[in-house]
Amino acid sequence: MSSDVRFTDFKSDKQPTWCPGCGDFGTMNGMMKALANTGNDPDNTFIVAGIGCSGKIGTYMHSYALHGVHGRALPVGIGVKSANPDLEVMVSGGDGDGYSIGAGHFVHAARRNMDMTYVVMDNRIYGLTKGQFSPTSREDFETSTSPDGPKQSPVNPLALALAADGTFIAQSFSSDAQRHEEIVQQAVEHDGFGFVNVYSPCVTFNDVDTYDYFRDTIVDVDDEDHDPTDRDAAREKITNDTEYQGVIYQDEDSVPYNERHGLDSNMADIPDGAPEDATDLVREFY
Amino acid sequence: MPDDLNWAIGGEAGDGINSTGKIFAQALSRAGRQVFTSKDFASRIRGGYTAYKVRSSTERVESVVDRLDVLIALTQRTVEENMDELHEGSVIIYDGERTMMEDFEAPEGMIDLAVPLKSLAEDAGGAIMQNIVALGAACEVANFPIDNLDEALEKRFGDKGQSIIDNNQDAARLGEEYVQEEYDEEFSYDIETTDNDYVLLNGDEAIGMGAIAAGCRFYSGYPITPATDVMEYLKGRLERYGGHVMQTEDELSAINMALGAARAGARAMTATSGPGIDLMAETFGLVAQSETPLVICDVMRSGPSTGMPTKQEQGDLNMTLFGGHGEIPRFVVAPTTVSECFHKTIEAFNYAEKYQTPVYLVSDLALAVTEQTFAPEEFDMDAVEIDRGKLVGEDEIDTWLNDSDQFQPHFPAADGISPRTLPGTSGGAHMTTGLEHDELGRRTEEQEVRIEQVDKRNQKVETAKEEEEWDYREFGDPDADTLVLSWGSNEGAMREAIGFLDEADISVRFISVPYLFPRPDLTEEIEAADDAIVVECNATGQFADVIEHDTLTRLKRINKYNGVRFKADELAERITDELDTPQEVPT
Repeated sequence: MSSDVRFTDFKSDKQPTWCPGCGDFGTMNGMMKALANTGNDPDNTFIVAGIGCSGKIGTYMHSYALHGVHGRALPVGIGVKSANPDLEVMVSGGDGDGYSIGAGHFVHAARRNMDMTYVVMDNRIYGLTKGQFSPTSREDFETSTSPDGPKQSPVNPLALALAADGTFIAQSFSSDAQRHEEIVQQAVEHDGFGFVNVYSPCVTFNDVDTYDYFRDTIVDVDDEDHDPTDRDAAREKITNDTEYQGVIYQDEDSVPYNERHGLDSNMADIPDGAPEDATDLVREFY
Repeated sequence: MPDDLNWAIGGEAGDGINSTGKIFAQALSRAGRQVFTSKDFASRIRGGYTAYKVRSSTERVESVVDRLDVLIALTQRTVEENMDELHEGSVIIYDGERTMMEDFEAPEGMIDLAVPLKSLAEDAGGAIMQNIVALGAACEVANFPIDNLDEALEKRFGDKGQSIIDNNQDAARLGEEYVQEEYDEEFSYDIETTDNDYVLLNGDEAIGMGAIAAGCRFYSGYPITPATDVMEYLKGRLERYGGHVMQTEDELSAINMALGAARAGARAMTATSGPGIDLMAETFGLVAQSETPLVICDVMRSGPSTGMPTKQEQGDLNMTLFGGHGEIPRFVVAPTTVSECFHKTIEAFNYAEKYQTPVYLVSDLALAVTEQTFAPEEFDMDAVEIDRGKLVGEDEIDTWLNDSDQFQPHFPAADGISPRTLPGTSGGAHMTTGLEHDELGRRTEEQEVRIEQVDKRNQKVETAKEEEEWDYREFGDPDADTLVLSWGSNEGAMREAIGFLDEADISVRFISVPYLFPRPDLTEEIEAADDAIVVECNATGQFADVIEHDTLTRLKRINKYNGVRFKADELAERITDELDTPQEVPT
């Protein structure tokens, strides 16, 4: 890790194919800056991307990366971190990837508390398949597959994370570049599962949850003297209807899974034969 | 006096049948006898018939047979279930207070010994030890020195303190003495002991031990019968070697975590059974597409759907050979014995890394639950070789960069195998994806690149066909007119069946195939035979289908799909039937 890493070192030579104005540009910039600010470089960073518009991030960033199957990015990240805890692992995906097909993994990743970062680009719509409702869409949000609205409650990802004993729960807005970068950076620095739900507007298919909507409504928890270590206060923030940005909950005593389980070696390092005392394993069967 | 002793204990799930059976098997093994066990169990925690059979001999034993010499029957149902296998001179040990023998028509000359198992156990310190009382009685019947039980009891109860061990050893002696004092029957058993050292283990344990030997350091899995023993074996042991066992939320997570660990450079594995293999199928394609080395173990059980979860079947061959959308280059390796579970696991890890592919390691329930003795030398740790393939370190990375200094994880080398570097390697940062990609791992739909990458991935299999020996295991008479083919756990029963057939002057050549893809070309072997018969535990003959396809020849089939493995004597009979009434062979 060298201190002269610039965030542009995390940029690949591929130009994003996201729609002009897509929130994902800002989300990705903040991720790159947070990684650079925390002393990481592309060679010690592993990005895992899900499927969807957000999943393309692995191509646009420069680092070690895997773009996997839909909804399973978190388990991949957990595997990477287990095998080599020296790597900086950042998992990224969309609201469909994380809260619909991958919702089970999200809950278990939160309670497992591996030392890694999860950034969800939440645009409340399925963009890549051209405009169907997503798990975070509003109840009355009209789309091709919900002409009268989905008529079901949207998922509250922050509440899911809190219920699963998540140790770092935050939300940001991709357009507020400075705050977004700070919040993701705090997630990276957190000892455990740093989760950031990012409002990342879809300019093509979502005319409700727009830049203007978030600019007008978003409230920074720091402006309300919120204490993120206060779990009850966090619960209140998460369950009222305000669109917040900031670190909403952080368990300062968090001990990540990798530490609790003593994962401190690079599992890639193995001898070129069986382990020296492997014959003991045979003797156990006498 | 027969040296071969077929012993069983049966009762209800929850009666401690397995642990009692294991103690007896261990005692026989420590006394230098070869052992082969099988379990008959139901998928429930309590209730339901369950039995543990132990066959032992001073010679190598490879199968169970339809014959019982000593039966400990804890329930009436146990007697009913096994009546067919009892014979003149067989001994039943039962608790007269629980089981009424008058209700059964016993074979002539069968000896039934009512032993007050429960009350003797209470005398020794607790009713829970009634199985151990029965074991003591069985030792007396088999003329097997009871001291041999002591060590097995110490091993079983060692962590519970000396007084528990003492009580159990006392309980066994009460059973022995009861038979000595109350019965003056002549038992026909006088089993020999030897000075040979044996280890006793099952197929799942052998896979686990093979994985550690092969350098596996990360295991993720979700419990499922009959693969759970792999995870339970590895938990605690893998950690000793700096590895980790992760119990996941589901099988989707299990294979994706293993994939992540493998991308980071660990030798990684997951094990499951059919339902889990179905769930993993999508990621299996990703493993192949991203060229990630990974071992996926399928310990088959009866399907489809939930099927018969605790019953034997070899029904997943098509799934492992062909499963997944698109065309997925893969290796499929299937051990044929418990000790081969160890060796094939080691090979699987080498194929995975050398060819950067997923490898299906296909075992079956019969291998998983069989405890079998082996000379410890069969698990020779000094012979383990690890081949990590084209792993590129920091010092060589420059050789593999393109003109823009980018690492090429999918470089289309002539042998299909690209350089591989691990995260953390300076200058090697790269991505990969399940999307079709170029040599840099970036999405593409360019026709030429698509063809180049598909050919490159398939070339790995062609290279492996050239470089490795995809041979088979052969037994019996190489010049026989009758050829028997099988895969998986049938090998043991078939090897013994050869002996039975010999006695009937029928000689057979037996080929047991552990490599299912790539696999040996059997054209010449089949052409040389008058009759070629494929033996497998499934209804449709999946292995026969692929061999017919390979050799463009119709084959005879012996299939079994009632959930029970082949027994040696049964198999010999069915082969004879095929020879007596040859089926129509379409031309």
